[in-house]
Amino acid sequence: MVENRPFATFLTHLVLVLGVIAIALPVWITFVAATHDPLRMGQAPLPMWPGDHFLTNMKQTLFGSGLSGTEGAPVWLMLLNSLAMALMISTGKIIISLLSAFAIVYFKFPFRMTFFWMIFITLMLPVEVRILPTFEVVADLGMLNSYWGLSVPLIASATATFMFRQVFLTVPDEMLESARIDGAGPLRFFFDILLPLSRTNIAALFVILFIYGWNQYLWPLLITTDTSMTTIVMSIKQMLEAAEQSPQWNIIMATALLAMIPPVFVVIAMQKLFVQGLTETDK
Amino acid sequence: MADIQLKDLVKSYGPTEVLHHIEGDIKDGEFIVIVGPSGCGKSTLLRMIAGLETVTSGEIAIGGKRVNELEPASRDIAMVFQNYALYPHMSVRENMAYGLKIRKLSKEEINRRVEEAAEILEIKQYLDRKPRQLSGGQRQRVAMGRAIVRDPQVFLFDEPLSNLDAKLRVQMRLEIRKLQQSLGVTSIYVTHDQVEAMTLGDRLMVLNGGYVEQFGTPIELYDRPASVFVAGFIGSPAMNFLPAEVQNGQALLPGGAQVPVMGQHSGQATFGIRPEHLQADEAGPIAIQIDMLEQLGANTLLHGRLQGTDHTLVASVPGHAIDAPGTLRRFAVPAERSHLFDATSGKRLAD
Amino acid sequence: MLKRVHFPSSLLPYLLVAPQIIITLVFFLWPASQAMYQSFLIEDAFGLGTEFVWFENFEQLLTDSHYLASFQRTAVFSLLVAALSMGTALILAGFAQRVVRGAMFYRTLLIWPYAVAPVLAGALWVFMFNPTLGIFPYFLEMVGITWNHYLSGNQAMALVIMAAAWKQVAYNFLFYLAAMQSIPNSVIEAAAIDGAGPARRFWTIIFPLISPTTFFLLVINMVYAFFETFGIIHAVTQGGPGTSTTILVYKVFNDGFVGLDLGGSAAQSVVLMVLVIAMTVVQFRFVERKVEY
Repeated sequence: MVENRPFATFLTHLVLVLGVIAIALPVWITFVAATHDPLRMGQAPLPMWPGDHFLTNMKQTLFGSGLSGTEGAPVWLMLLNSLAMALMISTGKIIISLLSAFAIVYFKFPFRMTFFWMIFITLMLPVEVRILPTFEVVADLGMLNSYWGLSVPLIASATATFMFRQVFLTVPDEMLESARIDGAGPLRFFFDILLPLSRTNIAALFVILFIYGWNQYLWPLLITTDTSMTTIVMSIKQMLEAAEQSPQWNIIMATALLAMIPPVFVVIAMQKLFVQGLTETDK
Repeated sequence: MADIQLKDLVKSYGPTEVLHHIEGDIKDGEFIVIVGPSGCGKSTLLRMIAGLETVTSGEIAIGGKRVNELEPASRDIAMVFQNYALYPHMSVRENMAYGLKIRKLSKEEINRRVEEAAEILEIKQYLDRKPRQLSGGQRQRVAMGRAIVRDPQVFLFDEPLSNLDAKLRVQMRLEIRKLQQSLGVTSIYVTHDQVEAMTLGDRLMVLNGGYVEQFGTPIELYDRPASVFVAGFIGSPAMNFLPAEVQNGQALLPGGAQVPVMGQHSGQATFGIRPEHLQADEAGPIAIQIDMLEQLGANTLLHGRLQGTDHTLVASVPGHAIDAPGTLRRFAVPAERSHLFDATSGKRLAD
Repeated sequence: MLKRVHFPSSLLPYLLVAPQIIITLVFFLWPASQAMYQSFLIEDAFGLGTEFVWFENFEQLLTDSHYLASFQRTAVFSLLVAALSMGTALILAGFAQRVVRGAMFYRTLLIWPYAVAPVLAGALWVFMFNPTLGIFPYFLEMVGITWNHYLSGNQAMALVIMAAAWKQVAYNFLFYLAAMQSIPNSVIEAAAIDGAGPARRFWTIIFPLISPTTFFLLVINMVYAFFETFGIIHAVTQGGPGTSTTILVYKVFNDGFVGLDLGGSAAQSVVLMVLVIAMTVVQFRFVERKVEY
């Protein structure tokens, strides 16, 4: 379209650049805080440009005892815990949702719809509304302070099941018929045809679920009391509390930075899959 | 290779019967085309033979063996689907090899068969491509290749050409026919296109509303259609029909024209004559008031009405006709070319 | 719903759904029913016995001024978070869809905060607004505003709203941009030929056409503000000062885990459950009749 409005074009980019800056500002300030020594971070006004202590701070954060005055696990262990939890939640959700969607779409069996509705109901029961009793169940099963306790109770997923159901429904019926004429049984069809056909959907969902798993806060807070099971996201809370006595903002912000780098990296590196996953699961 | 028997075959969905007591004997190596308008049950019949739909009652036998209860994979058949149903994530080679791999054939044997089929179908250079990198015609060949490598007793085709453009359709039609003749595998082919049916089939099964209207060679269907439906369905342009009063070997048509007919019938009937069998004749009994011409080059279609009535008629005359609308043309009707059908049931009356 | 052709029924489908169903039963349905059951119980003062009291816990909730205030606070909080993040996202998306080539570039720079955990968003903002060290209080001081969210309830509320909205802008932007890009170009061009300038086109053509997205996002943002912002509140304000940022989810947690009022907390859970169900129904209703362009 021919449109000669230089001012409008200028305004457009101005607004967008301001938007980008405003959105990035908190993270910039965090990054700057992670590059200065504790002394500089104790004086107002705080710096707006990076200093030269980034590597020292990172080293101390990752491998040192972390924040002095607290008895937390080392940050590298927290990162590992977070990674384990995020991977277990995302792969767990994907596996059990693939299986149940396959059963619901490709088999006709008694109680099929009952199962479907049972899965649907989980949509309406976020962990926040059943905190105490779920905690009790996990405690009774002896799953406190374990990776299983961190992940298994979260891996039932209505959205993932619905998404795979939708994907399977768009696979042409002839694909199944052709496979049956070729002599493929249900499991063979699932692994040889259905899984490869859902590859990008699985990848897209994985991106979303990895972020979901990594960012869990309330659940790990409830079921981990052992410091060696702490995840990086929940550790921020303890650090903020400690900050009220001894403000070591360079370390706290370095930890925050480490906590957000993995999921942010995933979003930016796999933007296409991320966008696909987000729009597919929320419809 | 095998013969196929369909005995008293019925298919119902709940209380609705969609296929009514189908009978048919298909000889070894025969090319059978099941043809009919959409919704006539032709695809259902094919899918029952494939084992993709259950049989409500009756029996399907392949090679003399009842297969009603057999899984599709155990019936030793291969099928070509309308949308080809190629596995999009597998290369052409993998697509063709998949069924053989499941049957646990040796690697060498699989390779040999795939190469051989690719040779026949001239798709050798595409073996390592994915289906989405192929044109419609090439995909069609791959789908056929997938059927050929299996070396089955029976080929089943479910409207395999309907997704191709007109020119390619004609070409593939010839190739399918040639291939079937050289392989000699019993084949059943479903289509709604009567030209495809006529050119491909050794015999045609015309289905209408779940009933077999007629089962015979293309020439039988053309020359002696068993019903008004078959008569109207086979041949293009379609047969002309007129109500008639038959007496003493003469049919009295609306408007008073009298034409000779075969057989001893008398009373009400439906009179049928194909456009290409109307012979231009200055003294002929049928006068057509021309409304419109369709020039096809080799011949011309004259669209008009039987003089003095509202009954439309089409006549096909060789070469280029240039009659202006409103012109009157007269035609003669050879008795052996005319058809008589029962006025109520539509069944052919004995000659 | 079901394929026309399917595999014959056997034990296999049951094995396939078993993991999902078992987890659903053990960790979702059983705890939810427990919450419902507990909401009918009152524990005596010494925690020795319980009494079945029907709806007494709910009656108490409805007459508890703290609870009602928290309800109201949650509503205000959610609406403000939704309005702030959706408004920002709408403006940014509206400008971004004008730059045909650069839209994807700006998208990359704007969507990544989606990946930041709410609690981290809280940490970032609380650092920027730290009353003694933070950047913003320093600038605010210059214009005569004293910032201390540890003392001022309103300032604490403003802080958690900003943190919560900041993270959600990315999500809203993504959906708004996608909705605007799915409007056929010809519609915009027709409006241009009719003489509508860019701003007018936005408000009279684009905005009405994306109203289904606005509605969808409103529901999503409400759910987000209701539940997922727990981390922000918990880490940044602990519901304070006083109870000025105690939203419902935080109160359930606090009354149950800290106050150990099991019956009351369970009753609050049930109320929240009803709210989620209502929002889910609304959301699915909307999906059913999505507007076609």
